[in-house]
Amino acid sequence: MALIRHPKDFGAGVLFATLGATAIFISSSYPLGTAARMGPGYFPRMLGILLLALAAILILRSFFLRGPAPAMRNLKPLVIVLGSVFLFGVAAPRLGIVPATLLLILISSSADREFRWKEAVVSSLILAAFTVGVFIYGLGLQLPIWPPFLVPR
Amino acid sequence: MEFDLLQNLATGFGVALTFQNVLYALAGVLLGTLIGVLPGIGPVPTIAMLLPITYALPPVSALIMLAGIYYGAQYGGSTTAILVNLPGEASSVVTCLDGYQMARNGRAGAALSVAAVGSFVAGCFATLMVAAFAPPLAEVALKFGPAEYFSLMVLGLLAAVVLASGSLVKAIAMIILGLLLGIVGTDVNSGLPRFSFGIPELTDGIGFVVVAMGLFGFAEIIVNLEHTEKREVFTNRVSGLWLKWKDLREALPAMLRGTAIGSVLGILPGGGALLGAFASYTLEKKLAKDPSRFGKGAIEGVAGPESANNAGAQTSFIPLLTLGIPPNAVMALMVGAMTIHNIQPGPQVMTSNPQLFWGLIASMWVGNLMLVVLNLPMIGIWIKLLSVPYRLLYPAILLFCCIGVYSLSNNIFDVMMTVVFGALGWLFVKLECEPAPLLLGFILGPMMEENLRRAMLLSRGDPTVFLTRPLSRSLLIAAALLLLLILLPNLRRKREEAFHEA
Repeated sequence: MALIRHPKDFGAGVLFATLGATAIFISSSYPLGTAARMGPGYFPRMLGILLLALAAILILRSFFLRGPAPAMRNLKPLVIVLGSVFLFGVAAPRLGIVPATLLLILISSSADREFRWKEAVVSSLILAAFTVGVFIYGLGLQLPIWPPFLVPR
Repeated sequence: MEFDLLQNLATGFGVALTFQNVLYALAGVLLGTLIGVLPGIGPVPTIAMLLPITYALPPVSALIMLAGIYYGAQYGGSTTAILVNLPGEASSVVTCLDGYQMARNGRAGAALSVAAVGSFVAGCFATLMVAAFAPPLAEVALKFGPAEYFSLMVLGLLAAVVLASGSLVKAIAMIILGLLLGIVGTDVNSGLPRFSFGIPELTDGIGFVVVAMGLFGFAEIIVNLEHTEKREVFTNRVSGLWLKWKDLREALPAMLRGTAIGSVLGILPGGGALLGAFASYTLEKKLAKDPSRFGKGAIEGVAGPESANNAGAQTSFIPLLTLGIPPNAVMALMVGAMTIHNIQPGPQVMTSNPQLFWGLIASMWVGNLMLVVLNLPMIGIWIKLLSVPYRLLYPAILLFCCIGVYSLSNNIFDVMMTVVFGALGWLFVKLECEPAPLLLGFILGPMMEENLRRAMLLSRGDPTVFLTRPLSRSLLIAAALLLLLILLPNLRRKREEAFHEA
């Protein structure tokens, strides 16, 4: 703890270092070419090295500068919001837009502290109807409305 | 020259004032305000969200509508800043300072009107600026070779760094990360798919809407939900939209100064709306007889920055239209929109497609006029929207984001990628890394590599070409000076102060 005095810089440094190293590692399999005739590996490797260098500065200076730790206590919104969008992505093509919308709205609503069940149910129904009306019928969005396996052909 | 200008503007108004295009401009302004007024949603996610609606339109109408969306979103953001103290993006942070205080003092109506009138004054002047300066600049741009383009992009990206608040090193790292993300996809020269991890969707590259929506839209919502303190919304107390003569007399000089500063700073690479707003606020505070009024509801503190950010928003079209280089994240989105319509932004647009070029410029003025004559009377509706609690708004915003992203290429993979960028964006917020430079790098990545390759091929692998060609050398020297300037301790402190104040 005493060693890393600026956790945000340290964290950013580690993040950039990881991404830079990954870029160098992956692009090492691409032909490098010469300076005059650059191959597909030249520019990415250049950028990867630059990113690593900047990451090194960030990590080094995190031992000397001082700064507060990032506020990471409340992870509920992150998990619920991204989780509900992920579920929407899984559900929309397989179950249709109506179930996917209901899932997205109901689950994502629960991320807020003032969450109320009844309100969320009503708003999800309204939004599902709106989506079908405007996006599917109005703008011709290509997604099934209901679960395809339930709809008789 | 003057005759040309008038004739060109006439061509432009001929295009912009067709019934159809006026309608699209109107729809754009309305939709832009509608989404932009939502708390925490700035112009970038607004444009990203509404972009799909314009796909089916002819290119001119699509761009006119997008420009309308941009102005609408800016204005919507100011409304939210004044009434809720929730800035959608950095440039309306400044408006919060005095606008929200005016609202607390019961002068919300005056603040909203002065913002609209200031924006209109600025819009009129900036439109003329664009019309006057774009053609000569485009002529210079035609002399540019690959080396000059590369150096110009270096300058532009570094300038963007100056404007990112917070750490320089982090901002440069974000640009480089953006450049790397930009080259994901099939390499044009060799046909080799890069960083695609064997996923077929990734061989076409990552969509810029996906990146923008994840980094700006989703991350913003998540962070907003983490804050738990209550916010006071002044929705019942908005009255007296008409400005008093005294208010106008106080505000008008600030508007004019703001317009001038904003127009000039908007042209700079990395500029746009943000820098002008900051500069104008600082200037007004310096010029005021009693600077202590600022931060407590000084009308100049709203009039100046609002004019400056609108003027800057417009003149930032100049580098885009003449050089094909987006100076900020919003213009980066416009590049994306133009490419979707098969228009390669750059100096050739003006000659090869004058209807589009001048039509867009004329529509800027039309869009601004609509902001005043339509948005101001409709302010009641926007306020109603603001009184809808956030807990009902954000799930709907999420839904529209998902559908917008999906409709880009009718592929659910894009929605999944947005989740990844949402997580990344959240991490960036936690680590205090500004996402705007990343988006700029992302758009410029492929262009930069292409011009680097071409320049090096022409010089047979001699990297000094960037320094021996005079134009390229001056651009690089400017970039070096810029970097040096921010590294100087004195200026660095000033810069931190400026961002701290806001």
